[in-house]
Amino acid sequence: MSGYTFAEKALARAAGVSSARAGDVLDIRPDLIFSHDNTAAIRKIFLGFGAKRILHPDRVAITLDHAVPAPTTLHAQNHAEIRAWVAEQGIGHFFEVGRGICHQVISEEGLILPSEVIFGSDSHTTHFGWLGAFGMGVGRTEMAALWATGELWLAVPQAMKITLTGRLPNGTTAKDIALRILRDLSVQGGQYRSIEFFGDTISTLSIDERPVIPNMMAEFGAMNAYFPPDETVFNFLRARTNHSYTPLYPDNDAVYEAEYALDVSDLAPQIALPNQPDNVVDLDQAIGTPIQQAFIGTCTGGRYEDLVMAAEVVRGKKIRSRLIVIPASADVMLRAAQTGVLADLISAGASIATPGCGPCMGNHLGVPASDEASISTGSRNFKGRMGTTDAPIYLANAYVVAASAVCGMIVHPDEVMS
Amino acid sequence: MSEHRCFVYGDNINTDLIFAGKYTYTLRTPEEIASHALEDLDPTFAQTVQQGDVIVAGRNWGSGSSREQGVTSLKWSGVNIIIAESFSGLYFRNCINQGVHPIVCAGLSEKVKRGDTIRIEGGYIIHDGEYYAIPPLSPSVQAILDAGGLAPMLAKRFANE
Repeated sequence: MSGYTFAEKALARAAGVSSARAGDVLDIRPDLIFSHDNTAAIRKIFLGFGAKRILHPDRVAITLDHAVPAPTTLHAQNHAEIRAWVAEQGIGHFFEVGRGICHQVISEEGLILPSEVIFGSDSHTTHFGWLGAFGMGVGRTEMAALWATGELWLAVPQAMKITLTGRLPNGTTAKDIALRILRDLSVQGGQYRSIEFFGDTISTLSIDERPVIPNMMAEFGAMNAYFPPDETVFNFLRARTNHSYTPLYPDNDAVYEAEYALDVSDLAPQIALPNQPDNVVDLDQAIGTPIQQAFIGTCTGGRYEDLVMAAEVVRGKKIRSRLIVIPASADVMLRAAQTGVLADLISAGASIATPGCGPCMGNHLGVPASDEASISTGSRNFKGRMGTTDAPIYLANAYVVAASAVCGMIVHPDEVMS
Repeated sequence: MSEHRCFVYGDNINTDLIFAGKYTYTLRTPEEIASHALEDLDPTFAQTVQQGDVIVAGRNWGSGSSREQGVTSLKWSGVNIIIAESFSGLYFRNCINQGVHPIVCAGLSEKVKRGDTIRIEGGYIIHDGEYYAIPPLSPSVQAILDAGGLAPMLAKRFANE
């Protein structure tokens, strides 16, 4: 009999069964569940089907991040309802306006550990694969059901093996790996699948780079994504939690229904053109495209090292387009303030805003006008994503985004830095 | 047996196109949410859709954000069946949990045209004399769909407790 994938092992553990195979429908009891600004809407569903108390409030995290600080009275009302609910239900982990984006904050707080299962009412919950956890996005009704019952049905996904080898060249980042995977395999490539990563590249990626790839596997259609946890992850957690855990690794003879390999050692910077994250070309092919706004932020591309990359590019220069910088968390912002990175960005002309999702989904803090082009470190460039359907969005790494802000058009970072 | 008028769309239609992100925290009533369904893809949809109409789509329908309004905006517009060559995993789950039947059906989206009528009978979709088998769901998933979705199923459970 063949071995087990990570998904089969992690979901068997969370269902309390000795083993599981792809296709089995299990009742999963996750270690942590979370929601964000959509919590008030989930509450309405929860009360609507007659539930009264959250079964395990200690296993619930809520982060205000999608529209913070509240841009309108309606958004403020939404936040107020959530705060009242948190107090009424005694919810274990609540993070106020300004603490940061759910995926980043839950990681920083050490609330999720290797081998654990985390469900969030947010599609980028695939993010938690960077810790060797099973992270999956769910809908609002599913979150209401999880509050009420502590469990959710799930068909164990088939798995896909992606092997990354080599070390990234200077000027390219984990973002370029994610974009390259989407370019080669399309936004449908990971549909219904557990995407399990292997290869020597992983150990070369920093704490800030690692989440980018599992995070963007949401754009790949993945159920979850997984990096095998190593000493870098264990050290990160050691500083944040004293809870013990046993990491899970797939068996050598696990069955993968598809495989893909990428040697990253000569990867060029990649860029996604409008209007889909797999509409990816080498950066060279987009050079010269005028942009009106550059955005460094989001759960995909707003960590400390992204801000450092941007600062390296703009230091001592003045930007020509607008540059919006939104750190993914208060921790990121504080560190960037202490090391002078924020000063470099502000001196170059950047606008800095409250940690959160910012304009990524068109809510506030820098939505474009009609016919204004944006370049972003985020993960989605769908038509209308940032608020209006006639504002094209380009996706790239932080060096490229910052360099493009300096020139007012898409450029190679070497042009600005040399 | 039932008959349904079709709205036909292509591949990779994402949830931002089905229900735009800018509305997710401000619109709350079913009528408001339904009135913006498919706004950025097909601005005429919300005005012309009728109870019992179905969506017939290409591959990867409902990719992108997990937002449930991608399903509820259509459900509250009268759509209870969505047929696609394939679905995003999250969207498929959201359908089941909202009591909307997601049917994976190869080949139909290339044949059917907007405004065509399909017939559903005895486990088949019938269009232009061609029969397309409706794949069965696992019993526990079918039970959620039969209850009208996850919320009505839980309502029964909490009423009994």
